[in-house]
Amino acid sequence: MLLEIKNLHASINGKEILKGLDLKINRGEVHAIMGPNGTGKSTLAAVIAGKDIYNVTKGEIIYKEKNLMDLSIEDRAREGIFIGFQYPVEIPGVSITNFMRTAVNEIRQYRNLEALSAAEFLAMMEEKKKLLELHSKLTNRSVNEGFSGGEKKRNEIFQMAMLEPELAILDETDSGLDIDALRVVAAGVNKLRRSDNATVVITHYQRLLDYIVPDFVHILYEGKIVKTGNKDLAIELEEKGYDWIKNELLLKK
Amino acid sequence: MQTSFDLKNHLIDLFHINEETLVKGDSTEIYKLRKEALAIFAKKGFPTQKIEQWKNTNLTDSTNQKYEILFNAPPYNPVESYFKCNVLNFDTYMFTLLNGWYVHKNAPLTLFPDGTIVGSLAHARTQYKDIVDKYLGKIAIDENNPMISLNNAFIQDGVFIYVPEKVVVSKPMQIVNIVKTKKDLFIQNRNLIIVEKNAELKLVHCDDSLEFGKSFINNVTEIVAKENSFVEYYKLENKDEESTLINNVYIHQKDNSSIKTNTITLNSGITRNTVIIDMDGEYCEANVNGLYLVDGKQKVDNYVKVDHKKPNSISRQLYKGIIDDQASGCFNGHVVVHKDAQKTQAYQSNKNIALTDDAFVSSKPFLEIYADDVKCSHGATIGQLDDNAMFYLRSRGICERNARMLLMYAFAMEVVNNISIESLHQKIDDMVTKRLKGELSICDQCVLHCSDPAEFHFEIDISKF
Repeated sequence: MLLEIKNLHASINGKEILKGLDLKINRGEVHAIMGPNGTGKSTLAAVIAGKDIYNVTKGEIIYKEKNLMDLSIEDRAREGIFIGFQYPVEIPGVSITNFMRTAVNEIRQYRNLEALSAAEFLAMMEEKKKLLELHSKLTNRSVNEGFSGGEKKRNEIFQMAMLEPELAILDETDSGLDIDALRVVAAGVNKLRRSDNATVVITHYQRLLDYIVPDFVHILYEGKIVKTGNKDLAIELEEKGYDWIKNELLLKK
Repeated sequence: MQTSFDLKNHLIDLFHINEETLVKGDSTEIYKLRKEALAIFAKKGFPTQKIEQWKNTNLTDSTNQKYEILFNAPPYNPVESYFKCNVLNFDTYMFTLLNGWYVHKNAPLTLFPDGTIVGSLAHARTQYKDIVDKYLGKIAIDENNPMISLNNAFIQDGVFIYVPEKVVVSKPMQIVNIVKTKKDLFIQNRNLIIVEKNAELKLVHCDDSLEFGKSFINNVTEIVAKENSFVEYYKLENKDEESTLINNVYIHQKDNSSIKTNTITLNSGITRNTVIIDMDGEYCEANVNGLYLVDGKQKVDNYVKVDHKKPNSISRQLYKGIIDDQASGCFNGHVVVHKDAQKTQAYQSNKNIALTDDAFVSSKPFLEIYADDVKCSHGATIGQLDDNAMFYLRSRGICERNARMLLMYAFAMEVVNNISIESLHQKIDDMVTKRLKGELSICDQCVLHCSDPAEFHFEIDISKF
């Protein structure tokens, strides 16, 4: 098992957002987490990333047999976790090249690998750009500064390609993308899929799942996974809407 | 041990004792300037923190000790034997001042084929009397700055540059102030730079200390930018913690002239940078930039004033500072838009990062506007590093220290990127990186301070001032 979340409760400013969430992810799998706004999808990604404004009050997250909460933000990344953020931060003055070279080499150092030389790094960057069909200009610019929504998301996927994570969690990667950008981003994710890594896509709409086909679809509602199925669940959800889930839950009560 | 020394009267005594040497070669004008200045200094003394513009510069310790003044030029000492500017590919016309005196083997003044004159002010005062008398002491007039009077009283040597009409100086000129002595010296260079109509000059002014004693430097540089001229002025400072550096730059601008200044302080003892721009013309442009990175107990105080006297000009001030430990970094920026200066655009921005609770930061951008059709803005920030950016960088595997480094570097680069001389840009970029990593300090090449002081076989970096 790559990741196991047990009965996770998390709050922000005293308000509980995650209320007993369970999730299991194995290598080689693609999971989709869907749900209406404000049910805790982004909170889940932020808690896994280590954002300290969230307070984990109960439960645990086991990643590669380690307690994730014991790891610093950077060590989570070095252990192979990647979060594609919904709102990537703009960092004026820091070039993407400099940023990625620092990140790649720090991760390599953590894994007792030698640092890449400038030439090796540039070659790697070229290879990844080619893989993702990125035009070269993006990497000479400051991180996300003045980027369009689509460019920011493509930049997230580019970073993911560079860092080669074992567990990638893409938070609303489809939001704000037109259909062409969506295709490019999805194609990138698909190219990075391997039998030894896992991907979680967090999305509001089913449309992304036409391009990234999940093995499992989970519905997150009011801080819990309330339903799990295969890709057909997403289609059913699209047809019936989130009210269907709400009504079903009401009936159970 | 509390000692008290009256530096003011000591300097006045030195003036009288050495007056004969001092006034040698004075024109009537300069002699008058000198005597009047001495009287003003005798009355006002060193600036105290009671004067608003000097609030953040504490000279108490620096003025509580004895210094010597060299009233005569030292014998020729080939600069190459102890100094080498090692900015890679930095092709400049370099002129050196050693302990306040212009270093020359043969001619103290060089006349270029295009008519440009460069050399020792002491000699220019007689050889190019008309030009010197026309401008010297006419640009740096400032009743709020007693350090000008003090410098006026002791005018001897410095660099004189005259760029005639339509001449574009092909390479940057570089003034290197070297202080190399075991004595505690009081040094007052006077530089006079005249850039005539349609002429262009890039000037790099470095302050180097390679010394073993304490020094007090009070530089005054007067720059005249005539109609349609273009002047870039770079001031680089990397002083040891024992030194006091008062650097005063006064610029007079005529119609359509464009000037750019960059004052970069990477290490300092007590440093005070004054940049005053007198915009006495229409359609002028002035970009006044500064960067200060200080730690330990270093203190840097920047004072900038732009006087918009005529319509249609634009000025931009951009100063940024990173203040660590118990260091102190100040910015005091003043823009005056006079009544007739309609359509003025004036912008001020000062941003600071305070890395510790003990760091002292003071930021005072100040606009004083008497015209009604102007575009002006000012902004100041004192903050820490952006938490969201820190988180984002760390979430990619970058440790906290390196994430801070990347952000600080990016912060500083906004100023560094204004450096138009490519090789200098590279070097400053590199020095800022080193400085942020804690690798660059005045003790960087410790031969300076630790080896036998009798031996001077080292190269210094542009950083080593």
